[in-house]
Amino acid sequence: MSIFKTTRRVASGLVAAAAATFAVQTQAGGHGIDLTGKTVEWIIPFSETGGSAKWANFYAPLLSEALPGEPTVVVKFMPGAGSTKGANYFQSQKFEDGTTIFGSSGSTQFPFLLGDPRVRFDYADWNVVLASGTGGVAYLPPELAAKMDGLDASGLRDVDFIYGNQGATRLDLVPTLAWEMLGLNVESVMGVKGRGDGRLMFERGEANIDYQTSSSYLSGVTPLVEAGTAVPMMTWGALDDDGNIVRDPTFPDIPTFKELCEATEGCATSGEAWDAWKAFFIAGFPAQKMVFLPNGASDDAIATYTAAFEAVKARPDFAEISAARLGVYPQMTGAAANAALASATKVSPEAKAFIVNWLQEKYGVSLNN
Amino acid sequence: MDVIMEALPALGSAWGLILQPIVLGYLILGVVMGLCIGVFPGLGGIAGLSLLLPFMFGMDPILGLALMVGMVAVVPTSDTFASVLMGIPGSSASQATVLDGFPMAKRGQAARALSAAFASSLFGGLVGAAFLTVFILIARPIVLEFRTPELLMITIFGLSMVGILAGRVAIKGIVAAGLGMLVGTIGEGASSGDLRMASYDYPYMTDGLKLVIVGLGIFAIPEIISLLRQDRAISQEPQIGGGWIDGVRDWFANIWLSVRCSIIGVIVGVIPGLGGSVVDWIAYGHAVQTTKDKSQFGKGEVRGVIGPESSNNAKEGGGLVPTLLFGIPGSGSMAIFIGAIALLGSGQIEVGPAMLKNNLDITYSIVWLLALANVVGTVICIAASGGIAKLTTIRFALLAPFLFMIISFAAFQSGQNLMDLVALLGIGFLGLMLRRFDWSRPAFLIGFVLSTPAETYANQAVQIAQSQFRKSFGEGLDYIFSPIVIVLVVITVFSVVLGLRQAKTILAEGDVQSGSNKRAPMVMLLAVTAYIAYAFYDAASIPSYSRDRVFPMFVGGVSLVGCAILIIRMMLKPESDTVFADRELNGEEASAAHGLWPTLAWFAGLLILTALLGFILALGLFLFAFMRYRASVSTTFATVYTAAGIAFMCGMAWLLNRDFPPGLLQDYVTLPWPLG
Repeated sequence: MSIFKTTRRVASGLVAAAAATFAVQTQAGGHGIDLTGKTVEWIIPFSETGGSAKWANFYAPLLSEALPGEPTVVVKFMPGAGSTKGANYFQSQKFEDGTTIFGSSGSTQFPFLLGDPRVRFDYADWNVVLASGTGGVAYLPPELAAKMDGLDASGLRDVDFIYGNQGATRLDLVPTLAWEMLGLNVESVMGVKGRGDGRLMFERGEANIDYQTSSSYLSGVTPLVEAGTAVPMMTWGALDDDGNIVRDPTFPDIPTFKELCEATEGCATSGEAWDAWKAFFIAGFPAQKMVFLPNGASDDAIATYTAAFEAVKARPDFAEISAARLGVYPQMTGAAANAALASATKVSPEAKAFIVNWLQEKYGVSLNN
Repeated sequence: MDVIMEALPALGSAWGLILQPIVLGYLILGVVMGLCIGVFPGLGGIAGLSLLLPFMFGMDPILGLALMVGMVAVVPTSDTFASVLMGIPGSSASQATVLDGFPMAKRGQAARALSAAFASSLFGGLVGAAFLTVFILIARPIVLEFRTPELLMITIFGLSMVGILAGRVAIKGIVAAGLGMLVGTIGEGASSGDLRMASYDYPYMTDGLKLVIVGLGIFAIPEIISLLRQDRAISQEPQIGGGWIDGVRDWFANIWLSVRCSIIGVIVGVIPGLGGSVVDWIAYGHAVQTTKDKSQFGKGEVRGVIGPESSNNAKEGGGLVPTLLFGIPGSGSMAIFIGAIALLGSGQIEVGPAMLKNNLDITYSIVWLLALANVVGTVICIAASGGIAKLTTIRFALLAPFLFMIISFAAFQSGQNLMDLVALLGIGFLGLMLRRFDWSRPAFLIGFVLSTPAETYANQAVQIAQSQFRKSFGEGLDYIFSPIVIVLVVITVFSVVLGLRQAKTILAEGDVQSGSNKRAPMVMLLAVTAYIAYAFYDAASIPSYSRDRVFPMFVGGVSLVGCAILIIRMMLKPESDTVFADRELNGEEASAAHGLWPTLAWFAGLLILTALLGFILALGLFLFAFMRYRASVSTTFATVYTAAGIAFMCGMAWLLNRDFPPGLLQDYVTLPWPLG
């Protein structure tokens, strides 16, 4: 266990203060589970190389510090079938002593919502202890951005857009549906391996519209914007406490899709298309990544993990260290996490039917098998 | 000039950062850890970096970089051990090294082959770093010139290497490559997710087969089985000839080949999206084409070792360009590397377009840490090579179970799935049959590796080109026929024509005699034809609006024509024709002490036991029984061997945080790790 002891030593330099705060908290609660000498396995249903790995690797040492007994937290990767393999595995796990947790992502949520035949798991059985949000920004080449009249996107309707798409049923359906609602003619080039490859396609001039999640936008597109080769078009926005879409706090100067839609003729912020878009936006972005305890977890275990993530959030340096790695987004615990889970995994039958039908008509993707 | 004025101080401060004793200490630590991981086939940078990740949080950036770069840099050096000594491709970077390195080891020249390889690796790493120091400043616009049609052409150029490696019957090589490509298309299509040769009822296949499993199955298993059947040591000479000095001399005599292959390595590494899996084949092809006497390739030609080994370390340097300048990982280990950089310090290093502007000194530090790690790693490897080369004089029956254990562990990857073992043995059997009937295994592997990029880039290029043509005919033509594409087309045509003319004399896998039996080669051909025909039919049944059917149908169609020609040739020609090559009838195989099927049954036995008892219990039984009854050693020796093997396996699994696949037993009884 020498590795992890060293990890702790490294991390402890950073967190001494927060750890002390935390110890007081759990003792005050009086009903935590003790994980001394245990190993917590954090299952990530993706490979070592993805965005979820980055997110889990950021949290793992902090969580180890914050849990009572300072257990070793190891991230275990279980890729396959676009994350449904790992999720199905987690569904089969029974709660024992709180040493198995699971990290889901938007790519786990979407197949669940769309009724993918491989999904054998149910979010309703699981217990959420953390929900991490993110946002997304669409951008254009400067000459095309100039065709927009303020917030009115109808000037872009005569352009043949090319977009590097990761897959019709992936998170990419949020931007593609948004563009379609604005009346844009966007052709998806499929088989792009990650959003980074999509951005490269944009930089090479092959694609002329693209979107990135917030942290990738900050590191990958902001330099292009500064160099004058890209112009932000819109963000997906963020949710306020009442569930309304407002400006993304990370990008307060960039208008939201909702604002563009309101200003563009033919795009409506009500009706079935809007409801479906909003439902899938909420499932994909404001609660993109969540941490779960398995079916049947004890209240004590849930309380312990919730307290631990709260202690991580309460670290004096959390804002600073998380900004660079996760972006400025809510890291929700407790009731907020449960609310996020509910909005991210419950989509009205109408919204689902709309998307399923739209995927069938636009891409020929059949989800009714 | 401005650029250079900025670059020089950054280069200076990079060296200032690197040349601190503590940084060098971390670098050496990383190198040693990388060597320990990389020496085991199938475990590479991904496994090693995952091991380091828990340390990275908040670590001083330069120290963390030294540790990680040290580890990543030496994997393509240390994997040479497995490639040369055992004929097992240690990683995708050293597949081509097997072709000539292993025959050299068989001739008792393991130490010479190793030191030639290491000298080339070192040199490649240094050339790569020197090239990058200048190139990285101007790389961005150049890399952006490589659009989808260019990427597709490079993929096709890689595929054209099949021409050189096709073997004596060129059409057989082409069909082998086609088969490899079809195996590469198994699973969900990238375009609209339609399934090829798979079903949601068997979820394993929907993700397709992994390169590590196919690489180990196609090369490692046939070699292990073949050596086991002959029941001798790898080296046919009892004394190891050719010391390490000879190897270094060999390298020096071929220094210009080494320079050229290093440059090839850097350039292919620089281009995002292709990764390193084809670069060693391109370098091997280049080595073959520039050698006057081609008769020694496949039998132990040292140029066949120097070429790929010069390129694969240089490629790691080249791979830094897409990684650091674009934030797009050139390989799996680079993807973890990017993630780990974000954990360093307070996260101030941001990989991406701003890297050069904000962190040029860090960029240069990484480039030269990589070069320095190559030097350190090579020195350690050369020092160790003489001793490790002695492994080739041990009776192979004592090594085989251990090797089999390692490659099974590598095959599990992070999946921990029994199906990985099934796939390994299945592909291994295919590899055995390809080897026996002289179907080119390198051609199969090149087809497999390039299948996904060929399909994706072809589909994307067609789609984008259609859109460009809609704008105007001229724009469409400009898009497809850029100067880079035209140059690549010329090189490819040249290489194919030259390759096919020379292929008959290049026996990358040694000479195989034809025999008096027509039936066995015919059955093999019919089995291959049947699979290709079914894959074609399967793809054809995908709805016609989906792009996922086009590529497998095209490849299947071309391969079927090849099969038809081969069938006709088999019907017309006498049994002494080269098309009937069969290793079982002549040479080593025919005189082997053990039969093919009993040897294979040992490994099938391990598979069945794993399904019943879980991997560790099954492995224990397998190791003991194999040692006691097949290798006929004493019970005490077999027991110690088994205990050591199990302890080693558990140690590795614990360190890398892996579980073993459970069997039926574990459904009924809960056992503690690692049994459960």
